[in-house]
Amino acid sequence: MTAQVDVAAAEVPRRTAARRLATRIGRVRELGIVVALALVVVPTAIANPRFVQPQSIQDLLLNASIVALLAVGQTMVVVTRNVDLSVGSVLGLSAFLTAQLVADHPGLPIIAGIAFGVLVGAVCGVLNGAAVAVGNVPSLVVTLGTLYVFRGVDFALAHGRQINAANLPDALLELGSAKVVGIPVLVIVTLMVVLLAATHLRSYRSGRELYAIGSNPDAAVLAGIPVGRRVFGAFVLSGLIAGLAGSMWVARYGTVDAAAGTGLELQVVAAVVVGGVAIFGGSGTVVGAALGALLLGTITSCLVVLRIPAFWQQAISGALLLVAITVDRLLALRLSRALRRINAERGGDGG
Amino acid sequence: MRAVVSLTEVSKSFGAVRALSGVTLELFPGEAHALLGENGAGKSTLIKTLAGVHRPDAGQVVVDGVPRRFAGPADALAAGIAIIYQEPTLFGDLTVAENVFMRRQPLGAGRRIDVRAMHRRTEELFDRLGVRLDPARPASGLSIADQQLVEIAKALSFDARVIVMDEPTAALSAPEVRRLFGVVEALLAQDTAVLFVSHRLDEVFALCHGATVLRDGAYVWSGALDGETPDALVRRMVGRELSQLYPKQDTAPGDVLLDVRRLTREGVFTDVSFEVCAGEIVALAGLVGAGRSEVARAIFGIDRPDAGRVFVRGLPLRPGSPTAAMAAGIGFVPEDRRQQGLVMDASIERNIALASLARISRAGLLGRRGERSLARDWAVKLQLKFARLSDPVSVLSGGNQQKVVLAKWLSRRPAVLIVDEPTRGIDVATKAEVHRLLSELAADGVAVLMISSELPEVLGMADRVLVMHEGRLVEQLSRAEATEERVALAAAGQVAS
Repeated sequence: MTAQVDVAAAEVPRRTAARRLATRIGRVRELGIVVALALVVVPTAIANPRFVQPQSIQDLLLNASIVALLAVGQTMVVVTRNVDLSVGSVLGLSAFLTAQLVADHPGLPIIAGIAFGVLVGAVCGVLNGAAVAVGNVPSLVVTLGTLYVFRGVDFALAHGRQINAANLPDALLELGSAKVVGIPVLVIVTLMVVLLAATHLRSYRSGRELYAIGSNPDAAVLAGIPVGRRVFGAFVLSGLIAGLAGSMWVARYGTVDAAAGTGLELQVVAAVVVGGVAIFGGSGTVVGAALGALLLGTITSCLVVLRIPAFWQQAISGALLLVAITVDRLLALRLSRALRRINAERGGDGG
Repeated sequence: MRAVVSLTEVSKSFGAVRALSGVTLELFPGEAHALLGENGAGKSTLIKTLAGVHRPDAGQVVVDGVPRRFAGPADALAAGIAIIYQEPTLFGDLTVAENVFMRRQPLGAGRRIDVRAMHRRTEELFDRLGVRLDPARPASGLSIADQQLVEIAKALSFDARVIVMDEPTAALSAPEVRRLFGVVEALLAQDTAVLFVSHRLDEVFALCHGATVLRDGAYVWSGALDGETPDALVRRMVGRELSQLYPKQDTAPGDVLLDVRRLTREGVFTDVSFEVCAGEIVALAGLVGAGRSEVARAIFGIDRPDAGRVFVRGLPLRPGSPTAAMAAGIGFVPEDRRQQGLVMDASIERNIALASLARISRAGLLGRRGERSLARDWAVKLQLKFARLSDPVSVLSGGNQQKVVLAKWLSRRPAVLIVDEPTRGIDVATKAEVHRLLSELAADGVAVLMISSELPEVLGMADRVLVMHEGRLVEQLSRAEATEERVALAAAGQVAS
């Protein structure tokens, strides 16, 4: 009988087939966004060459970087099978309080202003995290509530005031337009945050535990993962990053009122989903989410450049979201079918 | 010799239900100890107490002579107690290696996870187990047997001093069980203590030095297994004499009710043809992974076959549609009852009524009364043990959960009933009830297709035995022809031509 020989021969390719397939599909997801970006940018550039001038590319990156930043924090929450809908309000509150602080104390170093914004965000994150992790309330409900609470506090504190560039210290406004080797500082900050978060999620135990929690919450408890603490941490990080994004918002736009960042949360969730983060947790990367933010931002810019009525822009962004979800589903089906086949090739090698 | 871990007079209640009362247990290094009892006897609660999931209301968990209070599973793991649960608890999105080393991933420079070392160490563990699994593949898509092997590798990786195995062999084929026992014996030789929970008494006698018997949450007996007999243990477990275990009555087969012709699903099973007649129990035997469950899933329309047809009562069945299969009179009790057979958070009555909604609803509205009366009828018929029919099915023991799944299908009065591992992880007494039930169904003219990995069950229950090997039907044996040896050989692919 040749069964044993066959099994041994089949063994070599099988050892790598399953893993190759899984990593390839993981990459396809991020590559897909890059391809989609090219599909959007190239025709627009042909229609209007000014679209690819350095200045407009810079604007594009600057606009996308705030959403990308929020998407990074959101990813950390979503992989744990939660969601943070309050990020837009946290950004608004942090932006207003930061602007107020630096406007009232012109002598303050701007790094202190930014740190204050981050702190405001972190406090909001602590509130969200405590309600979800300690209070055991579903995050959708908690953050839907705090979305309004934080925005309400923002309006109450602002009292209809608007803080303009004229009241803000020059150093902060310069940060908004400063560049290092031709790249805006704000974009560099976003890239650094993406890099840090990506490394944490990929290569550190606490990062992997976030995926484990989203993948199988019950098993996470049994494995001794401090689920509450990790989920709490994810919300604090999401709030903290939203706070940082608030400070950046001040630097970038120079004008802040209580409505800053209203409705941003849906753009962020869309970016995360387009970026291939599973909405029910367990998989996805911050790089994908940041690329998703870039893609959505690029599409909006393209639609403007192509003079497509603003009414259509939302519909097109929404359609893109559906395409992304469809692609995800198809890839997942393909992966499971292929894994099944790989299992079957081994047959009943009980021994 | 001092016990590594012991429980002294441990009690635990959930609301009004007393799950454990005054249970004492001692585990010694280098000894395998069996924990025996019917479903609902309190074994799972005891295991979860050891695991740090439950905190005892009274009594103590003592580790190395020191009373401990585990705040959670992490404490129990840190104390060297590893649990292999009956239902694998893996992270499907993560790789096999990450599942093994979760929270203990080998670290490299800057406390970053050293993925290469993690894969290497996982392979070493698999080598010790004699398993060939790719450490870098995602855990999703693994068969239950493979998932369990990953769990076992995980426990090995802890260098745990106490390993608790809850029905580890329930989903394993005979060669896999032998391999597992080899590993367990090696662990015992290294002074690990093993608590072994199994309903297979032959395994208990083969592996264990001593045993503890629980009944209805209470401590019944503990002692060495030398000089004990399976009968004596079973009597202690059930507290009464058992009727015959495999009581299939002889029936004259009637019309062909289920006719499967050349069913093929690419890469899973090929060219599978057989018939099941009214009054017949046909067993589908073979090793885990031979494609038996997959054939059942394809017949019931969960998976769409690539080729072949299924006929019920002579009429072709629309492929890939469980609705069509149910309408044609097929019932399907799946292997994984928690995932596929039950809605765990829903009530007992809702679960039982789930497949009969069209029948008991009026004008499209579902009345609670109809649901309850249907559920009560079947709960009585199957001797279900429960507090209230409105309790979530998740509070029931494994055997009673299986009865709920059976009730769900039986209430539809199916013409063809497919049961996949109907007695997996079920205690002896419930097992006998399930067997009696299947036999009665066949006597009533139902065609039963039974997938089972337990040879005594196959040989005792089946009128005919079909054996699958690597996705193909390799042998058909009548009841007279079927012997343990012939079935085992065919399952291993050694068919005399």
